[in-house]
Amino acid sequence: MTTGTVPTQERGPATAGTRGIAAYRGYRPPVGMLSWALHRITGLGVLLFLLLHIVDIFLVGYGPETFNELLFIYRHPVFRIGEIILVAGLYYHAANGVRIILIDFWEKAYRFERQLFYGVIAVFLAGFLPTAFFMIRAMVR
Amino acid sequence: MSAPRPRVGRERPAGGFELYSWYFFRISGLLLIFLAITHVVIMHVINTVDEIDWNFVADRWGSPFWRAFDWLMLFLALLHGLNGARLAVDDYIRARGWRIFAHSILWSAAVIFLIIGSIAVLTFDPSAFQAASTAAGS
Repeated sequence: MTTGTVPTQERGPATAGTRGIAAYRGYRPPVGMLSWALHRITGLGVLLFLLLHIVDIFLVGYGPETFNELLFIYRHPVFRIGEIILVAGLYYHAANGVRIILIDFWEKAYRFERQLFYGVIAVFLAGFLPTAFFMIRAMVR
Repeated sequence: MSAPRPRVGRERPAGGFELYSWYFFRISGLLLIFLAITHVVIMHVINTVDEIDWNFVADRWGSPFWRAFDWLMLFLALLHGLNGARLAVDDYIRARGWRIFAHSILWSAAVIFLIIGSIAVLTFDPSAFQAASTAAGS
């Protein structure tokens, strides 16, 4: 799956002998690569949660005792932070998905690659910041 | 004369199953934006995990509308997500044996999770438990 034809860029100031993560210092990935990587990571992350969520909702059929007893997991602070990260991933995936569809069906979209990516970030923040605010407020209250 | 369009995005497959999955990926994605964000706002912003319990789900699934909503979302999200995982497998797993193994896992997951999810959404009957708890409570 390729998202963009931006030519391979130089690895910034890294020297030929640099190894490991240090070789990427100063490297600015092209927006197409960044948006693609985020799309895949968020997509697989949301899928992982979806599978867990199907299992937990299946337990509803075993009655209130079984289901309510296991809810302490989702109410644990670690899971509530995870819940906010999940929403962030979902919102990014939704916003960037629209960008992908635009590129697929709108002939000239590729000319605005950078602007479209910044638009994705803007839409993401416009949705995520208020959502996170309400979720954190409910959590600390 | 305009320059040829650069190859951007995932190339649209020529036909067959891959083309159908290409269209399904995009159409289900658009529907899921509406379904999943509605779901998040109702279940994580207006309500939170503090309020949601068995009774909450029983109330909600008293309405056929929410059962249909949840089942449609289950169906689209599961197939959309596993199709994405299938593309990731195609990108990274090269050895033939491992590919067959990974694709088998994904197709099995699609069938199994669709079945248990459908059982949960469609066959849930709270009245048995509610009758039992009323009897125990009185």
